[in-house]
Amino acid sequence: MTGDASALQLVLSGNPELFAIVRLSLLVSLTAVLVAALIGVPFGAFLALTRFPGREAVIVVLNAMMGLPPVVVGLAVYLLLSRAGPLGPLGLLFTPQAMVIAQTVLVAPIIAALTRQTIEDLWVEYRDELAAMNVGPGRRIATLVWDARFSLVTALLAGFGRAAAEVGAIIIVGGNIQGFTRTMTTAIALETSKGDLPLAIGLGIVLICIVIIINTLAWGVRRAGECYAG
Amino acid sequence: MRPPPLALPIMLVDVTVAAGAVTVLDHFTLTLGTGAPTVLIGPNGAGKTTLLRLAMGLVPISRGLITWNGRESLPPTRRAILFQRPAMLRRSTAGNVRYALAAAHVPRAQRAVRTDALLAEFGLKGLERRPARRLSGGEQQRLALARALARDPDVLFLDEPTASLDPAATKGIEDTVRAITARGVKVVMSTHDLGQARRIAGDIAFLHRGRLIEAAPSADFFSAPRSEEARRFIAGELLV
Repeated sequence: MTGDASALQLVLSGNPELFAIVRLSLLVSLTAVLVAALIGVPFGAFLALTRFPGREAVIVVLNAMMGLPPVVVGLAVYLLLSRAGPLGPLGLLFTPQAMVIAQTVLVAPIIAALTRQTIEDLWVEYRDELAAMNVGPGRRIATLVWDARFSLVTALLAGFGRAAAEVGAIIIVGGNIQGFTRTMTTAIALETSKGDLPLAIGLGIVLICIVIIINTLAWGVRRAGECYAG
Repeated sequence: MRPPPLALPIMLVDVTVAAGAVTVLDHFTLTLGTGAPTVLIGPNGAGKTTLLRLAMGLVPISRGLITWNGRESLPPTRRAILFQRPAMLRRSTAGNVRYALAAAHVPRAQRAVRTDALLAEFGLKGLERRPARRLSGGEQQRLALARALARDPDVLFLDEPTASLDPAATKGIEDTVRAITARGVKVVMSTHDLGQARRIAGDIAFLHRGRLIEAAPSADFFSAPRSEEARRFIAGELLV
């Protein structure tokens, strides 16, 4: 109970260390979701609308990648970015950028797989109408993505959930450096191991609140979309 | 004043459509000219929907030939179709019409005026901002018709356009078909409703098992069918 009270006090007092951690966490996760969306939405739409040999295998692999273990992704990105790795000269290891890369790798398959399913379902519904209107491939993809935009919010939300809750990958490639690469999840892990429960609990409260707020916003966007577009 | 129709007459010459081992249309020959609607009738599986989809270019032809006023191709905007269960785009009522106008390459500056005119013509004024998927069945069907006519086609194919509508909505669609015809658009529609065929058709094409059994002016077909299958079908017998 004492720990809970201290945690609340920490959150309500506007502790600068805590809010720097929160700010970095949001920056990393939202950037990763944005980059993953830029990759995953077009790729998912492409997979939904094209037929080529091996497509089914690609879908199976993509679906399997939704469950990628974060520590394995962290290790792979670490090897890529380490001094001896192919991207070593970029000097990105133990930076927020490395954490964005790792989270993007984790989130992009989720967004791509959910986009593929959403677009494919809508395509079944629209196929005849768009063909009868002689809509070409480019406009077809744009139409389906636009008309599915409120459903795709769910895909982005799932991606954000994965990024915000993830600790294994970013602790490996970010190093959990205080004031530089420390995020809410890595800080919770560290502070818990150190026995500083008030900060860990405070961060946990903030993390849960953020997830609830973002889910509420996304739900509102989706409801508004349904009222507007049906 | 409408320009002369590029699409008519439509001639199907010895057309066969096969889906795997199944022949859906079998050596089908029919000419569709200008004038009153041609109504396709026949039992389920006769090939009515396939014929309409074939004419729209949505089904590949296996053998035979289709010509449009003597040509083997037709600009896509000269024909349009209303499916039995049209899909409503996840947009507003007006947004659906605007989309069809854009797809038909109508200049952006004309779209607002054309959208207003089409919505008024099809009794959808006041529903512009309503999501199309929340319209009633009859309203959705009228919106789909407005969308199809946004292309200003020479020929309009209707696949059982009143199959799931109540009598009032059915009358609305039939009135619209007459108005479209009066405007010079050729209507080719399929129906299961023989009463509707009598009310609307100028010509009847009677199909059974993928074959054209009989094609004749509506009055002649109903008063003196030439084939045994047509006689039994008109009498309400089940053709299998």
